Amino acid sequence: MKPFERVVAEHGATVLRVCRAIVGPVDADDAWSETFLAALRAYPALPADANVEAWLVTIAHNRAVDLLRARARRPEPVGELPEAPSGRPAPGDGSGDIWQAVAALPPKQRQAVAYHFLVGLPHAEVAAILGGTTDAARRAAADGISSLRRSLAAEREGARS
Amino acid sequence: MTDDDGAGLLAPLSRPDHAALGRLHERLGREAADDGLLDIAYRVIDSPVGPLLLAATDRGLVRVAFEIEGHDAVLAVLAARVSPRILRFAARTDEAARQLDEYFAGRRRAFDVPLDRRLSQGFRRSVQEHLTEIAYGRTESYTEVAAAAGSPRAVRAVGSACATNPLPVVVPCHRVLRSDGSLGGYVGGLEAKHALLALESAA
Repeated sequence: MKPFERVVAEHGATVLRVCRAIVGPVDADDAWSETFLAALRAYPALPADANVEAWLVTIAHNRAVDLLRARARRPEPVGELPEAPSGRPAPGDGSGDIWQAVAALPPKQRQAVAYHFLVGLPHAEVAAILGGTTDAARRAAADGISSLRRSLAAEREGARS
Repeated sequence: MTDDDGAGLLAPLSRPDHAALGRLHERLGREAADDGLLDIAYRVIDSPVGPLLLAATDRGLVRVAFEIEGHDAVLAVLAARVSPRILRFAARTDEAARQLDEYFAGRRRAFDVPLDRRLSQGFRRSVQEHLTEIAYGRTESYTEVAAAAGSPRAVRAVGSACATNPLPVVVPCHRVLRSDGSLGGYVGGLEAKHALLALESAA
């Protein structure tokens, strides 16, 4: 079994992208930290043939769902869609719009898009994480991408006019 | 719509954020240590004999390794023999790093940090425990060490105990020479052994 440091080095960036996509930039650091702490705790018992990336995304997904639930219960106003994270502040490289558009997706689509397109997990693995069928996961990912494409196109139209 | 289209659309999100990852890594080490989940914390320091890996358990320094031993290989052995819960986290070896800096600057003659000797057993361990008694700037022959460890005929076994010392520099196997005064071997390479002996004879 390789040292856990290698797991962090190999998958830390992917897990951070997932956390940012699912819970937004503000809570992403907490989600990342909780994911790797939980993974470190369970790591010695991980089967040798396990898909480490899918395992980490599953943990991140569960932490993120908990964080979103906790946020929905928070008394302070958090906008009209408590489950939708606020968009990432635009870092000036043009990715700000995409983060905002991802944040505006319904949770299932956002998760399917992140796990399939950002991480590269097959639809069957995504379905195992989200629950439901492989077809449903494929549809959620496809619908999410179409919706992203539309809102980004609208954004550009708006910027031009 | 193909998968490539989707991945292309999201490509701007795929740039790694190295600053954030560095900050998160440090936080993970701290929280893991606080939660008792960090079985081995390590760091790599620069030294006149090349980069040295320092690894510590909650009991003490468990491994010092020269670059020529292959730091990745050393960490893999620690994962197998002690625990895979290993992270790069400097704080646990701050004191050892400070004392090594002083040693290499000629301002320290003995180390005073807790040692975790779990990687050595039996005769090798008794030999390595004796090595700590060889004073700074002094040397002993493999034959003398064998006698001191209570097995005067076990000269070869003393050689392998030195060669497998998990805590070189701190446990001074570099102070053991052949009876004719030649260097013998060294886990960090003969150049490093020569440099350590020169450092100690100059001070």
